[in-house]
Amino acid sequence: MALPIPDEFPLEASRPTPSVLGLVPYFVAGGFFGFLAIRSEIASWYRIYEMFRFESFHMYGIIGSAVLTGALCLRLLRRWGLEIRPSEPGRYRYLLGGVVFGLGWGLVGACPGPIYALLGSGVAGAGVVFLGALLGTYAYGWLQRRLPH
Amino acid sequence: MEALKQPWPWYLAGPLIGLFVPLLLVLGNRRFGISSSLRHLCAAMGSRLPFFRYNWRAEAWNLAFVLGIAAGGFAAGVLLPHPGPLELSPQTAAALRQMGLSPEGGLVPQELFSWQAVLSWKGFVFLLLGGFLVGFGARWAGGCTSGHAISGLSAFQPPSLLATLGFFLGGLLAAHLILPWALQALR
Repeated sequence: MALPIPDEFPLEASRPTPSVLGLVPYFVAGGFFGFLAIRSEIASWYRIYEMFRFESFHMYGIIGSAVLTGALCLRLLRRWGLEIRPSEPGRYRYLLGGVVFGLGWGLVGACPGPIYALLGSGVAGAGVVFLGALLGTYAYGWLQRRLPH
Repeated sequence: MEALKQPWPWYLAGPLIGLFVPLLLVLGNRRFGISSSLRHLCAAMGSRLPFFRYNWRAEAWNLAFVLGIAAGGFAAGVLLPHPGPLELSPQTAAALRQMGLSPEGGLVPQELFSWQAVLSWKGFVFLLLGGFLVGFGARWAGGCTSGHAISGLSAFQPPSLLATLGFFLGGLLAAHLILPWALQALR
């Protein structure tokens, strides 16, 4: 029996189920993100391809300034005791899983956020990518115990 | 209204994306991450696998968030579409033409993402496999670009640095070695 893999959603520590009304702020926040993903062109296959060819600063500027902003805000929030949940321990899962994710990212030029944004904007192919991502997620759930973490 | 249709520069879009890390933390002590929604959807569909047996309803915020993303995508892409192609670097545009892709497809190349491409079996398999790798890799690595490259790096978490390195390694391999070969096979 393999050691249990640490999970981000442990059953015993489950939080209460939110009300539908409580979900509205998240829907609105998502709306802003989706709008932003299209307008900033991070949802563009072309921008991702350009990034991996190192021929434009656009994506690097976005990721860099997003991390900087996030880090500064987290620094401030730490004073009020707010901190984001740490990642689970492990090494192989991050590198190997990361590479597998990157292979897909480089081919279909969309990570999960942009997949949803493109779905909403009516890009036919995004539906197939979404279906593939669901299948991939399911396949991971099936193979999890046999993969190094 | 016209200003809302124009592309946003990186120095506006980047900080705005970064603000989602504190926003979700303040809204409900949530970690900004998007790929978990795929797991919740599998769980909601009633999978019996142990990986999907948890109280996904407690994480429904994530599903509301991605539903919002699609709504935002509709607003920006359908209601207020940006007319005309992207301003790509000339080198990228030349490389695309060489591979048989038009750089003027809008947000995505029509040769890969149009209904016509989806309804050809090769085009369908290409998108499905690419999506499969995204979903599989994101769960194995415990997060995607939002959860690791943005949230995790913002919090200086070493696992997220490792994952982000993996993302780029895989992406470079895909864009430089696999994509040219795959596009040839698609034709």
